[in-house]
This record gives sequence, structure tokens and C-alpha cells, in this order.
Amino acid sequence: MGGDHHFQASLSVERLTLARGQRTLFSNLSFEAAPGAFVELRGPNGVGKTTLLRAIAGFLRPASGRVAFAHIEEPALALHFLAHRDGLKAPLDARAHVRFWAGLLGGRSDAADTALARVGLHAIADLPARVLSQGQARRLSLARLLVAERPLWLLDEPASGLDTGGRALLAALIDEHRARGGVVIAAVHDDLGPGPTRAIELTP
Amino acid sequence: MSALYAVFRRELALAWSAGGGAIAPVGFFLGATTLLPLAIGADHELLRKAGPPLVWVAAALAALMTLERLFQADLEDGSLEQLFLCAAPLELIVLAKGAALWLAVGVPLALAGAPAAIALQAPTALIPLTVASLAVGMAGFIGVGLVGAAVSAGVRRGGVLIALIVLPFFAPLLIFGAGVADEVQAGGPFFLLSGCALGAVGLGPILAAAALRIQAG
Repeated sequence: MGGDHHFQASLSVERLTLARGQRTLFSNLSFEAAPGAFVELRGPNGVGKTTLLRAIAGFLRPASGRVAFAHIEEPALALHFLAHRDGLKAPLDARAHVRFWAGLLGGRSDAADTALARVGLHAIADLPARVLSQGQARRLSLARLLVAERPLWLLDEPASGLDTGGRALLAALIDEHRARGGVVIAAVHDDLGPGPTRAIELTP
Repeated sequence: MSALYAVFRRELALAWSAGGGAIAPVGFFLGATTLLPLAIGADHELLRKAGPPLVWVAAALAALMTLERLFQADLEDGSLEQLFLCAAPLELIVLAKGAALWLAVGVPLALAGAPAAIALQAPTALIPLTVASLAVGMAGFIGVGLVGAAVSAGVRRGGVLIALIVLPFFAPLLIFGAGVADEVQAGGPFFLLSGCALGAVGLGPILAAAALRIQAG
């Protein structure tokens, strides 16, 4: 998975205002994330953490303000988006999922087994997703981060469903990604482990 | 290219997996077309006249059955967002999904047109043409259907909405498709059917991709 690769990508959120329907979630939010940055988004349920991540990913248009990227040609090809829902198909096995992500996101499908081993699912790579527990499904999602190299990780409560070992794995993945110059922006409720370079408290 | 191939392969695997969408529509089509002669009775002349239109109505309804979950499942389980993050344009991703659906459902259904034609007393010489025209027609139905499926992806029980959106656009395919079996005007309807299907396959993914972008936002 190319450990010597050093990412240069960075982004800055500039006076961003997001609305859901007619209701403004928050206004004039600005922050920057340099290579190696780990930004934590905190705040009560419904304050707009997920919406902010989706706006950074480009899935929705902000009411005003913008997200600017540096050293990135096409943001959609430079980011990983780990949502609440793991995007798994019940009949397909774990390996098929990782291979699919590798093909879709421009990774290497021969890295699938390495990625599965890293997230601790190697022994159950042939089991269909329908029998995976919530924590195992989340670990499978984490394999997506590994199978295609992308500098910007957007994680929406990535620790939900994970056991102690899973949380340690997540912390290690984040540390390694930052060491390579990757940027991590995560919506969290509890500490993930690695100390954030910036914690943003969203308020309505 | 590899992103499109990945989507195509996954859709095919899903369609043919247990609980996948390929078996029910083909079963419905076979069931409907083999029950019809039993209901109509031994009137050969009536069967010969009513057969082709009934085959095409059954094919259109079978195509409709496959559409409701096509994008809705992706929207609900979060895999739709991943499709926005790949190097291939969303229009081609949608086309790849449609192509997989055609191979998984359209082609088996077209082949099932052969026993259906026999059950409905069609002349044996017409059977290859029936199968070919059904294969082309199913491509057209799916092309139109992609748009309906994308527009209603966020709607609970969106099947009715899909039917309202796509059935008017199924009409030309249905008319020319049923006309193919008419010996008097052989040739003409098949080309018109192919033209309509080509239009649907070309335009459908573009409109469906636009609808999906709105759904995600």
C-alpha cells in the first residue's frame, strides 16, 4: 500500500454556511487542514456534522462559502468518504466488497487480501456481508481506506460499532495516514485516540 | 474502464445471487405467457393475433418489476455515494448498471420468448425474430427504466411512481415490438423498435445520472 508515498493535499473551508431545507445549520465556518492534519468535528446530534462532511465531499452544495483544495486536481478522486452506513451488499462476501472498491476507486485488487488481513477479517473473507456483525461491517469499511490510496479521509463517526481492538486499529490507521501527509476529518462523539490537530465544536 | 467493469461485475453478481432481481421477472414473464393460452382456449386464430401484443405487455411489466430497487438499494445502504467518488463519469456507471441488468434479466427474458411464442401458436419461422426483438426491446425498457428508477430512488414504495414515469415511454417500444411479429410489415417495425431502444439507451443514463446527483444532495 505504498508507505513511502507522501501526500501534499490540503484543504480550507472558507466561511461555509450550510442549510438543510429552509433551516440554517451553522454559518460562516472556516478552518484549514494542512497535510498531516486531523480535524475533529464535535457537537450535539443534528448540528450538521454529517452535512459538513458531505459538503466537503461535494455531495451537496453549500448555502454560501466554499471548500478550497490545494494540490488536488479532482476532489472526488482524492477523498474517501466513510459514512454511517457501510455500503455493503448482503449477498456478497467481504473479499468481493474490497475487490469492488479497489476497482471502483482506482486501487489495486491484489491488495484486497492484505487490506482484509489488516482489518482483521482475513479469516471470514468468504462470508457474505449479511452475517457480519456491526463491528465487522465497520472493519470491512475501514478496508476501503486501505485498498485505494487517497489523501483525504472524511470519516463520519468511524468508531461506531467497533470493539476495543477495532478502535485501536482505527487509531493506528489514522496515525499512519497522517504520517504519510494525509488529512483526516472526522465527526466524533468520543475521542478516537490520536490527539486532533484541531477540534471544531459545531453550534447551531 | 476498471471502475465500469467493477460496477458491471458487481451488479451481475447481485442480480444472480439468492434474492437477487433476475429470477422473479423472468419467472413472471414465463408464467404469464404460458397461462394465457390456457385462459384464452383453443381458438388458434385468436391466439395468433393476441399473442405478440400479450408477450410484449408481459415483457414490459416484467421489466418494470426490476426497477424499484435498482438505485433505491444503493441510496439506502450508502453505496451510491461511493459511485460519485470514482474516475468514470456517473452516466457511464449508470450505463454499466443498465447493461448488467440487461444481461441478467433482459437476455434470459428474450430467450424465454421462444417457449412463450410456441405456447401462443406463433409460426416457428418467427421465433428467432421474436427473441431478437425482445432482446432489443428489453434494452429499450431498461434505458427508459433507469430514469424512472433514479427519479424515484428516494421514494418509499416508489413502484407506482416508476410506473407512472416510464409506462408512457414504454408505449413506442411496445407498439413497434408487437408489430415485429406481423408478417405483413416485416422489417419496418424491427428497425423502428431498434431506433427507439437506441434512443432510450443513449438518453436514459444521462437523465438518470442527473436525477441521482440531485438525490444525493
